[in-house]
Amino acid sequence: MEVSRFRVLFLSLLAVTALPGCSMLGSRDDDRPAPLAPAADAEPLTGEPDQKPIIDPQVERREIRRARIDTEDFELGAYVGILSIEDFESNAVYGARLAYHLTEDFFLEGTYGKSRAGRTSYENLSGAADVLSDKERDYSYYALSLGWNALPGEIFVGRNRAYNSAFYLVAGIGNTRFAGDDRFTVSGGFGYRVLPADWMAVHFDVRDHIFDSDLVGEKKIVNNLEAHLGLSIFF
Amino acid sequence: MPRSLTPLTFLCLLLLFAAGAQAKEPAHKILIADPFIELHTGPGRGYPVFHVVERGREVELVKRRTDWFQLRTDQGVEGWASREQMIATLEPTGEPLDLQEPARENYMSRRWQAGVSGGDFEGASLISVFGGYAFSDNLSIELTVNHILGEFSNSYSYTVGLLHVFAPEWRLSPYFTLGTGVIYTDPKSNLVDTIDRDDQIGYVGGGLQFYLTRRFMLRSEYRHNIVFTSRNDNEEVDEWKYLGFAFFF
Repeated sequence: MEVSRFRVLFLSLLAVTALPGCSMLGSRDDDRPAPLAPAADAEPLTGEPDQKPIIDPQVERREIRRARIDTEDFELGAYVGILSIEDFESNAVYGARLAYHLTEDFFLEGTYGKSRAGRTSYENLSGAADVLSDKERDYSYYALSLGWNALPGEIFVGRNRAYNSAFYLVAGIGNTRFAGDDRFTVSGGFGYRVLPADWMAVHFDVRDHIFDSDLVGEKKIVNNLEAHLGLSIFF
Repeated sequence: MPRSLTPLTFLCLLLLFAAGAQAKEPAHKILIADPFIELHTGPGRGYPVFHVVERGREVELVKRRTDWFQLRTDQGVEGWASREQMIATLEPTGEPLDLQEPARENYMSRRWQAGVSGGDFEGASLISVFGGYAFSDNLSIELTVNHILGEFSNSYSYTVGLLHVFAPEWRLSPYFTLGTGVIYTDPKSNLVDTIDRDDQIGYVGGGLQFYLTRRFMLRSEYRHNIVFTSRNDNEEVDEWKYLGFAFFF
């Protein structure tokens, strides 16, 4: 009797644990994934309440990627040219240039250039002591200018090539460091720009740098003319 | 000749940079919604129209320069379209294309501003470069670098200050500014027995800003500076920035 009581207990425990599992097996039909073609094995629509919706709104989302527009309003470049330093000969000048194009007509421009002064004719002829020491002959300037594309246009090379170009005027303020001192400088001039590609420009520029100087005797207004050829890229 | 090497190195760097700038990015496709878009040969109103793209066509947006957009059609034709025509173009999702345009209506949401101005610093010429970041519509922090070029000495000053615009929605709006900084004074080399000085300065001032168009503003400013010298008396200096040009981005 003892044995059969344990057997009953064991069997009933087994039944209690196993039967809910069987019921789970039975309910698997409900969460089975919907068939790919619902019309194939679907029963005809009868309007019963547990019917699946006719239209399944599972539209694949398009990935929204807002690309930033690549703006190329800045222009960075370098130039090489000749600077005539009043009373101190003409010499090579090297410079860098950063421009920001505000509109198709106007741009802001910052330039920085370096050169070196030669000897005055007084120093050469008189044989007297030099006016400037070697270190004082270093010449550098910067200018912050506003430019105006006065005459935009195109140039034609042969029959099949056309390059965009512009003739522009610039005017600005800045500083000249020469003979160990800084001098407030007004500069202005014109330039011509040709774009061999949309991202690159070749410049030819003429500038006048005007400042007060008392280096050789009396204080006077000095005009230093510069002509340079430059290359720049847009970014 | 290390002197002549510097520009050469610069040029090499420039070309390297140019190569980097040309690196390919995934194409940005847009839909034409205007009846048609005219393509010009260059980014300017005077350049001739040489191609037309019709409504509904998908084109590639290559780049933008000022108010002009370079487009590439599926046949590989490249040309420039104006901003007025681009306003009606759509993203591939059907939404209007965001031209990221800092017009006056939304310029208050543009946080960065920069500019240059010229003026007078107690008789000396003044060149000034400034940049600012706006915390709110009214209040911004501004960094200024001044180059002061005088008869007897030259100075640099670097200041940081707060700027409060009273009514940013007005076209002509006054502002108040307060800040501090340092000034380095370097006497001219033809003077004897002078030494370089660096002093702290504090300033209070006001100005007017005038909204020009699109992203540009004119500015005029006055500052009353107090230079805290190492001598017995502090110096008081009036600084006028007659005209400045600023843009926000």
